[in-house]
Amino acid sequence: MKPTLKIATGAAVLSMLMGTTALAENLKIGMVVTLSGPPAALGQQIVDGFQLALDEKGGMLGGQAVDLIVEDDELKPDVALLKATSLIEREEVDFVVGTVFSNMLQAIFKPIVESETFLISPNAGPSTFAGNNCNPYFFVTSYQNNQNAEVSGMVANEEGFENVFVMAPNYQAGRDNVEGFNKTFEGTVTDEVFTPLGHQDFSAELARMSTSGADAVFTFMPGGMGVRLVGQFDGAGLKDSMKFMSVFTTDETTLPGQKDAAVGFLAAGNWAPDMDNEANNAFVSAFEEKYGYIPGGYAMQAYDTANLIDSAVAATGGSLEDKDAVRAALKAADFTSVRGDFSFNNNHYPVQDFHALTVVKRDDGKFHTSFVRTVVEDYADSFASECGM
Amino acid sequence: MSLTLFLILCLNGLQYGLLLFLIAAGLTLVFGVMGFINLAHGVQYMVGAYLIFAFTGLTGSFWLALVLSLITALLIGLLLEYVVFRHLYSRSHLDQVLATFGIIIFLNELAKVLFGPATLSIDTPELLSGSIQLTEQLRYPVYRLVTIGVGLVVAVGLFLTISYTRTGMLIRAGSTTPEMVSALGVNVKQLFQIVFGVGAMLAGFAGVIAAPIFAIEPGMGDNILIIAFVVIIIGGVGSIGGAFVAAILVGLIDTLGRSLVTEALGLVFNASMANQIGPALASMLIYILMAAILVFRPKGLLPAKGAT
Amino acid sequence: MMDRGALIGGVIFALLLAMPVLLPIVGAEYLTGLLIKAMLLAIAAISLDLIIGHGGMVSLGHAAFIGVGAYATAIGLESGIEEILVLLAITLAVTGGLALVTGTLALRTSGVYFLMITLAFGQMIYFTLTSLAAYGGDDGLTLWSLATFFGSDIVQEGEGLYFFVFAALFLTWLGVWRISQSRFGRVLRAARDNPQRAEVMGYPIARYQLIAYVIAACIAGVSGLLLVQYAEFVSPSIAAWQRSGDLIVAVVLGGLGSRNGAILGAFFIVIMEEFLSSIFHEWRLIYGPLLVVLVLYAKGGLNDLLHPKSREAS
Repeated sequence: MKPTLKIATGAAVLSMLMGTTALAENLKIGMVVTLSGPPAALGQQIVDGFQLALDEKGGMLGGQAVDLIVEDDELKPDVALLKATSLIEREEVDFVVGTVFSNMLQAIFKPIVESETFLISPNAGPSTFAGNNCNPYFFVTSYQNNQNAEVSGMVANEEGFENVFVMAPNYQAGRDNVEGFNKTFEGTVTDEVFTPLGHQDFSAELARMSTSGADAVFTFMPGGMGVRLVGQFDGAGLKDSMKFMSVFTTDETTLPGQKDAAVGFLAAGNWAPDMDNEANNAFVSAFEEKYGYIPGGYAMQAYDTANLIDSAVAATGGSLEDKDAVRAALKAADFTSVRGDFSFNNNHYPVQDFHALTVVKRDDGKFHTSFVRTVVEDYADSFASECGM
Repeated sequence: MSLTLFLILCLNGLQYGLLLFLIAAGLTLVFGVMGFINLAHGVQYMVGAYLIFAFTGLTGSFWLALVLSLITALLIGLLLEYVVFRHLYSRSHLDQVLATFGIIIFLNELAKVLFGPATLSIDTPELLSGSIQLTEQLRYPVYRLVTIGVGLVVAVGLFLTISYTRTGMLIRAGSTTPEMVSALGVNVKQLFQIVFGVGAMLAGFAGVIAAPIFAIEPGMGDNILIIAFVVIIIGGVGSIGGAFVAAILVGLIDTLGRSLVTEALGLVFNASMANQIGPALASMLIYILMAAILVFRPKGLLPAKGAT
Repeated sequence: MMDRGALIGGVIFALLLAMPVLLPIVGAEYLTGLLIKAMLLAIAAISLDLIIGHGGMVSLGHAAFIGVGAYATAIGLESGIEEILVLLAITLAVTGGLALVTGTLALRTSGVYFLMITLAFGQMIYFTLTSLAAYGGDDGLTLWSLATFFGSDIVQEGEGLYFFVFAALFLTWLGVWRISQSRFGRVLRAARDNPQRAEVMGYPIARYQLIAYVIAACIAGVSGLLLVQYAEFVSPSIAAWQRSGDLIVAVVLGGLGSRNGAILGAFFIVIMEEFLSSIFHEWRLIYGPLLVVLVLYAKGGLNDLLHPKSREAS
């Protein structure tokens, strides 16, 4: 258990016992992330990234002392909902930061925005809330879910792949990623394979790959599925005959399990730990020193989220009652993002650069994704035009 | 669908089936002999996987770790039997379900606290890495072929033990008329302990051999437990032969179904429709099979004689 | 001891009734949501106890009926039907019809085979829900409009919703108890304890068991309807087999076939989860062994802790 959690829950218990909101003058931020089950590593990165930014500023954001209340959604919609309503009703938080997964976001979205509390997603960026259902109280600091796959299609074009084997798990995010890739990829998709969620055994798919005649495979296999796929891909000896290109499959959360098998694999994303700018170098070294592992995109986006809130609270002089002023201050995105240029579109989803990445092994034996080149600048999602804001 | 692909699917199905058998064997004996529903049996599978991970890290040798893991899995099984389960033999099935459910919750959380929530993996042992060219297009990892072989050997060994040894005879007798066995002066308590320990070790062994292929994560035993229950119900409670047939059947149907159903539906519906309902239907196949078998044979395919 | 059961039930309901007044005084209105969640679990648990406790039919597919009720309601809402009584009628018809079909097949078996065949039907329903791409598939669906009560939005949130759920729980508790004390309930228990004898006495026990199964499913469906109204969101996870397991835990923990056991079990689970997880993130390390200890030392469930001397109606 992290000391931060202890303090936060301790404070929650304390205020519950006292039955008051004695610490009302502090800035209250609630966080709803997944800290149970296999995907807990993703939620932990978000907590750590946010906490790092908070510590760097002496526990204050925008000049105000912060009470951070971390809640675990356990990857169960009903739990997420209960935690979220408790944050807005019991704790009366000023901001909610969450979630890791789109389906958890779906569960907590309505009660939070209807209570006119600002909800900032440090990771999930579903199309659902990017178009018609965009909301004045909702911001996303990560990406729109389809974008990484769209950029992968561009990377495939640039790499000169003509035939690509596409594979994803059969659920909403999987279908979105395949759709995204197909949208920008100009070559031929030899096969489009959907596996069950949580798929264990990829040998049948690998056999299909080996006979497909494709130059490369594009896939989206987050978490444990990615660990299994990469290991089995390597084991089947396919690494020599085709390129492996993916999103959310070989990242800093899965590489400790994939190790050498993933080295050289291509990815697309909005950031890599070795992107060379002053803010990023400082962030990555401070993060590694504090937590002992290399931060992934989840931690980076949470770090940026804390800095975004910092800038908005500072700009409003700490008066959060005027929701329009807070919204305008958030929308201005007047902070230094560690990924470089960053601004919000009309739907409050980011406009940012996307890059080609590759997996490398560092001298100390740790693995991370590495910046190769920028593929597209100031890239906006394709749903923003449907948003009436 | 090429013949090569079909062959690979069959091999995978066979391998999955044998893995299921290793888990189901202990489950069906404990259930059949002692009338004890042990939900925590799936956790033993997870324990086996974490043990091989920990011991490989400590000793650096897969083979040494394998031996240590099996011994530790056996000890953990016996410890659980001693501390909790033996107090539950005379209790109702629902009490057993509730108590063993509590143990699942505890061990899943303990694994998370000790090893972290992330997915872990270990390498296949050096000796068995690499793959064999079976046909022109078909390469199959050696490790998987070996696990198929080992699974078959264990199955035959178990079958012979149950059929031809004194302990096996007592187990068979104990599953039908425990009072009689006890009256004949056999130490039923000890018999139960043996069955329990071996069952736990087999599930642990399944976890050990699955670890290099699949990923190691908290809660990995929960879903396989339900499938193992499906297997023993289809096979008939208490019947090792039934468990074997059912395990292979379930392994093949599940593996083939996941690849073939969507394709088959694609012949009738358009692609996006097939992609939507295919996986759901494929996931349902083994449950449809079980329901159908139970409707027509309410005690399973090959029920142990006299079992209730 | 019958009276004591009624008394304890009365105390529970009086407390629940007083909560909307008591909570604001101690500044804990946020607990309203938790209580609604507990009451919804209790409704489903009481219905399950009708078939497990009184009927001896252990179902591991009961949560599927919550899911069916919830999806029937959600799909109704999406199609523009907003009157809660109409949605209720749809929910009852769909869950009842489905239970009639699956129950007829499942009741060909008994004991642990019944448990597994209900699991099979539950899983079929669960996977069907995940394939409903038009209604969110695996991700679930946020509901932008909610049910109304004769055109009024009183049953959508806050105290209105609280009392609506409270009324449903009270009626379920009362109704299931009345059923279990009727001739119907006695035959059900006779069939549980000695099916041959009940059969010989001329009771069509299969039909009685099927009726109990359908009634239980309909009540679970209603809790699904109310769940949609409370969560404003629906996803297949509410129909997963683990949820059915939770319901069994609530029933067994509370005390099988007892008047208040299912309610006590449901509230125990919800409150322990909330309490333990607020003090200790790895709270399951305590919760798991706690269940084991309760099984070993509180043999008749929580209900018996309140009735140390006798067991009622078993």
